[in-house]
Amino acid sequence: MHPSCSWHHHFPAVPRAEPAPKAVFSYREGDSQVLKTILKRILQIIPVLFVVVTITFVLTRLIPGDPATVMLGPQASPDAIAQMKERLGLDKPMWEQYVNYLLGVLQGDFGYAYSYSGPVLPIILDRLPATLMITITGLVIAILIGIPIGVESAVKQNTAFDYVFMVLALVGVSMPIFWLGLMLVLFFSVQLGWLPAMGMGSAAKGAWDVISHMILPCSCLATIPGATFARITRSSMLETINADYVKALRARGLTESVVIWKHAFKNALPPILTVLGLQLASAFAGAILTETIFSWPGLGTLIVNAVNSRDYALIQGIVLFSAVIFVFVNLVVDIAYMLINPRVNYESGGQS
Amino acid sequence: MADKNTQAPSADTLSEASTLEMLKRERRANNAWHKLSRNKTAVIGLVIVVIMVILAVFATFIAPQDPNAIDIAHTYLKPGAAGHIFGTDSYGRDLFSRIVYGARISIFVAIGGTIVGAVIGVLLGLVAGFFGGIVDSIIMRIMDGMMAFPFILLALILMTILGTGTLNVILAIGIANVPNFARIVRGQVHVVKNEEYCNAERVLGASNARIVFRHIFANALSPIIVYFTLNIASAIISEAALSFLGLGITPPTASWGNILSDGKNSLQLAPHIATISGIFILLTVLGFNLLGDGIRDVLDPKQKR
Repeated sequence: MHPSCSWHHHFPAVPRAEPAPKAVFSYREGDSQVLKTILKRILQIIPVLFVVVTITFVLTRLIPGDPATVMLGPQASPDAIAQMKERLGLDKPMWEQYVNYLLGVLQGDFGYAYSYSGPVLPIILDRLPATLMITITGLVIAILIGIPIGVESAVKQNTAFDYVFMVLALVGVSMPIFWLGLMLVLFFSVQLGWLPAMGMGSAAKGAWDVISHMILPCSCLATIPGATFARITRSSMLETINADYVKALRARGLTESVVIWKHAFKNALPPILTVLGLQLASAFAGAILTETIFSWPGLGTLIVNAVNSRDYALIQGIVLFSAVIFVFVNLVVDIAYMLINPRVNYESGGQS
Repeated sequence: MADKNTQAPSADTLSEASTLEMLKRERRANNAWHKLSRNKTAVIGLVIVVIMVILAVFATFIAPQDPNAIDIAHTYLKPGAAGHIFGTDSYGRDLFSRIVYGARISIFVAIGGTIVGAVIGVLLGLVAGFFGGIVDSIIMRIMDGMMAFPFILLALILMTILGTGTLNVILAIGIANVPNFARIVRGQVHVVKNEEYCNAERVLGASNARIVFRHIFANALSPIIVYFTLNIASAIISEAALSFLGLGITPPTASWGNILSDGKNSLQLAPHIATISGIFILLTVLGFNLLGDGIRDVLDPKQKR
């Protein structure tokens, strides 16, 4: 943080002949520094989580309308509404509602979803697997297709292969996926009749029923991440592929595929990992739209239903849940990044 | 006499210096423009963007018909039908006219939302980066918190709070965009803040405002411009997504998003509605993305790979 600190790193007053034991000690010191940075990063999520809970509370309170009236319907008597307000704790001052909400969340109590007649958290957890099923599959497909294309494009820089796939990747990045979803439905379901357009298959009808229902939503969800992986892999690979040490490896007679995949790719990994984290974290946004198109019974359709039926507790719960997931995914990605590339956090030292 | 002699030349050199400075600046600008015009991706992007902007600005002259004129006798006409190159929709409205007017709303909303996000975000980023300490911590933790919400979810909730309507879409997209701009600018401030010339200015007694705007903001401008352009692309998608979910621009006002949403409902009967509106969204997003990539290559040669 302090400007003068960084000077010491650039000009280490180290004598040329450093005694051996000290070198070993400094290695250990490096290790504990990584641990310290990781610990610091973990502690950092506490204020973020606090802010996330607060923003969620404020946002849901700002939604116009009154939960008690919504729950009881427009014909409810003022008495009944007042009673319901008391039951929901809405008659208390705002700060008390906030404290109660905070305490509830800490105990895993996200409130009561009137439109599903049940507590919020179990409803969310019930829908979560369906969302994970298509988002994770979509991401895996994106990785399996995007990264090899990126590597090949870098190896064959400025060839027809490179041009074709980079144009495709650019189109993919710019794709409104809800439109892509409609076009897939139009082509594969309406015109060819090959694949179902709606809902989730059931395992009782066999594996194909499950898979055939997943193909369209997953291709939809794989498009943007896949295109992004292809682009970032290509540009990251172009840097390592032309580095001197890679040329040296080639000169030593290693086969091209070993040079590319084992050495150049390994060193090109950090930016790809960063992008992976970003895509993982934003996968839920894609799920909201994709699930709406394919009537997929996951969290995406749940939030849209909750918004349409003004189920305040449920909206609040899903918003908070997805934000908390985002925070933890980011944490895991950052830690993985630090472990793979420990140099990064030394140089950026105290700067958060 | 001596006084005059010493003063006259100094005034001269001053004006000469400033002319030189101006020339230099002009040359630099020309250079950037020159580079941009030689960058293939940027040119393709620019052409697409310019065409779409022309559609939007001159919609009244380009659209052959009133976009809201209902003609129940001629609903769901196929593209190429007499007088309707893109056909008609479920109310018999001319689809081409609606697309042209939709360009106006969609691009206006996307640029408007990006401007709102940029102005608030840049100010917060400058303040956080420049003052540091507790101010920085508070602002950036709030930004981190906001970033934890998936963009579309945040915009969705904001639209629920604000209610549908064009200005509210702009506001929702703008607010949801603030954290990204704030982060980028804050990062740049940290880079520039401790540079020699900033310290020199401070020693010379320059005010904080002067340092922030004259040096820090000026240096952060390149990444802001790049991000601004790329962000318009994603804002177009956001508008379309919100309208698609029924929480954006309310009909009968045409926007690409709600035309697409209409098209979803008549996908089997009239697939051209969804197809054509989506192609316009895709092309425009592609245009802004290409332009943004091109500008980055030109403004930031270090990043060029």
